[in-house]
Formats: sequence, C-alpha cells, structure tokens
Amino acid sequence: MNWLVVHARAFAQAVVRLASQPLGTLLSAMVVGIALSLPAAGFVLLDNVATLARGVSGTPEISLFLEQSAGAGEVGEIARRLQHEAEVASFRHVGRDEALLQLERGGLGDVLGGLGSNPLPDAFVVTPRGESPELYERLHARFTSWPAVEHVQLDSAWVQRLHALLGLGRSVVLLLAGLLGFALVIVTFNTIRLQILTLRHEIDVSRLLGATDPFIRRPFYWFGILQGALGGLVALATVWLTVEALGPPAASLAATYGAVFSLSGPGAREALVIVAFAGFLGWLGSAISVRRHLAERLV
Amino acid sequence: MITFDRVVKSYPGGYTALAGVSFEIRHGELVVLSGHSGAGKSTLLKMIAAIERPSSGSVKINGQDISHLKRTAIPYLRRSLGLVLQESRLLFDRSVYQNVLLPLVITGHPPRDAAKRVAAALERVGLGGRGREMPAGLSGGEQQRVAIARAIVNRPAVLIADEPTAHLDSAYADEIAKLFKSFNEAGVTVLVSTHDDKLFAEYRPRRLVLGKGFLIGGMSS
Repeated sequence: MNWLVVHARAFAQAVVRLASQPLGTLLSAMVVGIALSLPAAGFVLLDNVATLARGVSGTPEISLFLEQSAGAGEVGEIARRLQHEAEVASFRHVGRDEALLQLERGGLGDVLGGLGSNPLPDAFVVTPRGESPELYERLHARFTSWPAVEHVQLDSAWVQRLHALLGLGRSVVLLLAGLLGFALVIVTFNTIRLQILTLRHEIDVSRLLGATDPFIRRPFYWFGILQGALGGLVALATVWLTVEALGPPAASLAATYGAVFSLSGPGAREALVIVAFAGFLGWLGSAISVRRHLAERLV
Repeated sequence: MITFDRVVKSYPGGYTALAGVSFEIRHGELVVLSGHSGAGKSTLLKMIAAIERPSSGSVKINGQDISHLKRTAIPYLRRSLGLVLQESRLLFDRSVYQNVLLPLVITGHPPRDAAKRVAAALERVGLGGRGREMPAGLSGGEQQRVAIARAIVNRPAVLIADEPTAHLDSAYADEIAKLFKSFNEAGVTVLVSTHDDKLFAEYRPRRLVLGKGFLIGGMSS
C-alpha cells in the first residue's frame, strides 16, 4: 500500500481518537503547553534581552593604535589589510591631528598644549562582523601581529559579560527545556499506555486478522505527535499572551535608559520550531510507550 | 495443505495440551475437529494461526513450516486464513459494516472494491443491508454471522472456526453449520471444532477426534 495512504489513514485514526475524548485531549494539551511555555518564554526573554542590550550599549569596537613613527605608507598598508579582512564589517581612520582635535574639544587642550608636539598616534576604529567574544579575541591577536601596530584596544569586557550572562541564561533555559521536555515525554508515554489498555481488544482482534506491528503502531505515533503539537500551540499562545501583557511596561522601562524597545514574541520560524519540537517529544513518548506496551501483547 | 507432524504442546507446570498429533488436511476438505473440553481442540487451531507454537514437531501450511515463523511474518500467514473464534470478537463500538471491513483495511484494499466485498460477505451470511447496525443490537447467532463475514471477506483458501456455535441454540447452530458447508462447496477448506457430534453429521465431513491431547480418531463419518 502507498506509504502516504497508510500514514493518512493512521493520521485520520489518531484525529478521531483525539476528537472522541475532547476533555482529555484539552487537558493533556494544557499540561504539555504550560510545561513548554516556561522554556519557550525563557528563550523569547533572552532574545529580547540581547536585543535590548545591543540597543543600550551600541556596537562594540576594536581600536588599533599605530607606532608614533608610522608614516603614510604604513597607514595605507593597515587600511588595505582591513579592507581585505572578511571578519571586519567596517573601519575608519582617525588621523593623529583629528585625534588631537577631539581631545582638545574634550577639554584636554591645555594639557596637550604644554607638550610641544602631538603625542597621539594614527589610529583605526574597527567594527567586527559579529559579536562573539571568540571573534574579538581572534581579531585582537591578528591585529597585534601586524607591522606598525603598537597597541590594540579591545572594548570587549562588556561584550564578554553580556555573552556570559546570556550564555548562563541559555543554559538555564536549556536545562528547563530538557526537564520539562522529559515531563512531556512522560505525559505522552502514560497517555499512550492508557490508550493501549483501552484499545487492547481492538489491537488483539486486528492482530488476529493479520495486522502488522507498524499498522497497529502508526496511529499511536500520530496521536503522540498531534498531542505534542497541540501542546506546542498552547505554549505559543501562552507566550504571545505574556508578551502582549508585558510589552508596554517593558517599553516604559527601556525608555528610562534612553532606548526604544518593544518586547517581541516568537516569529513564524520560532513558532514552527516550538510546535515541531513539541510534536517530536510527543512522538518520542508514544514510540517508547508503544514499544514497551505492545511488545507485551503477543497474540 | 495443512500438515501436523508429531506435534507436542506442553505448558510450564507440566500440562500437555497436544501429545504428538499427526494428520493431514487436503485442499477442499470439510473437517470437523471434535472432542471434550480440554481435549486440545483450541490449541490445535491456534497453532494453525500461529497464536500458539508447538513445543516439538512441525505444522506446515502449503508445505511451509510455520512452527518457527518469524513474528513479522505471522500477520501475512493470518491474512491467508479465515478465523472464527468461540466468542465473536467483534468491535462493539463500530458498525457491522466497519467490523467486516477491518481485514480489508488491514490489507490496504482499495475502498470502492472493499465496499463491494463487505456487501457481498454480509449478503452471503444472510445479513445483507444490515451493515449500519451496531453489533450490540444483534442476536448471538447474528453476531457470529458477522464474525464469519469478517473471516471470509478476504476470500481465504482456509476457514478455521473454533466452536463457532458454542453459545448458540440448536436452530442457530444448524444455520451456522450450513453456512460452513456452503463455503466448503465453494472450494474453501474448512476446519471447524465442535463438541457437538451431531452438528455437521448430515454433511458427512471428515472427523478428527481429540482426547486428552491425543488424536483418537480420524475417519470420514
């Protein structure tokens, strides 16, 4: 029989089983959905915090200070190298005269005037393509090795701190997702176990009439997938409602730091990932349950 | 077609249901398996459907030894048999039509042809036009007829029935016996167990008589 037809039948059977017990289906979807909404909300929160942090602190940069003796040729060589760097998004040259002018405007004109000559070197301010601490460390090492470069200043302390915090947050959310995902697997495992007990007569009769194991198992797999996916939808709805409720106060808070910020919920791609992940966990729970409980029946 | 060769079936605890049974059933035969309760009739029939496995000896169907058949191959063996058990084993939450349709769903029959086959099977057992009824609303005899329709809907070459008239009064039982005879006349090999010696007498079937796990008679009546 056609693979698609076989699965379409099993899918239809699973839908009928779900629809035949609406209250049970709703309660299971709620349990799964509430369990999944915690990690889903966690990921959304982390995403928003990362966006907010970028908005408040601006994009981190790397400053290259050349040797005092560096001439126009060496400045040109550094500019040429930066142009060919794939990991550099943009850069600008700050000439020694421009740097001096900036300091004078900043109120240090008197101090610098006493020195007689301009002590400031030529410099380049580089914006890397990305924000990972590893990228900053890599570029730092590379720039330091270039000729005529005296000092490379890495403005990465806050980047590292932010990434460490976000990393910690992600770990906590992943741990939570793992634990609650495990709970989802257990919920599905138990639901399928009860289904197998309820349908044992039908299973036995089907086997006596020549039903293969895959024929019997498929509707249970689909049941698990559908129950998980329904739970995923409940989780999404919960997250979206939460975002709607917390959006205005979050925007007000950001405004006090001079940032324009609006809390955003999961996009279409994230929504799909959440529902698919929930469906996968549902399938996993049903697969384990079916393997364990159908194997016990050898009619 | 069906060959039992020194088949023994023992259970843990020492009980022996079959103690070295040998016989052969040829294509197109009507065979009645009789014997008292506990004689081993059900065990013997279950072995043909691979529900039970022999402790020793061999069971062959069309030359294929099914004694050690792989678990994954068993469904395909059962699809070639029509199986009627003592209890009708119907699904009571489904209509008569859906019950008879089930073997065709399992084998993935095209829906249009399946509908025709179900209608024909129900007609054959005298339940034409009653497909929409639920099994609970039928009498015991009618329920057994539905089970028989379900067994023949796949057009099996062999029909095996384990005490199909056990819970029926004599009038219903005679009707069921007549049905089995009609299938046999259509070329189906029929093996039916009963403890009622008179039930199939008028059709002069070949009889196999079991007693305490031994074949104590195997002759034409």
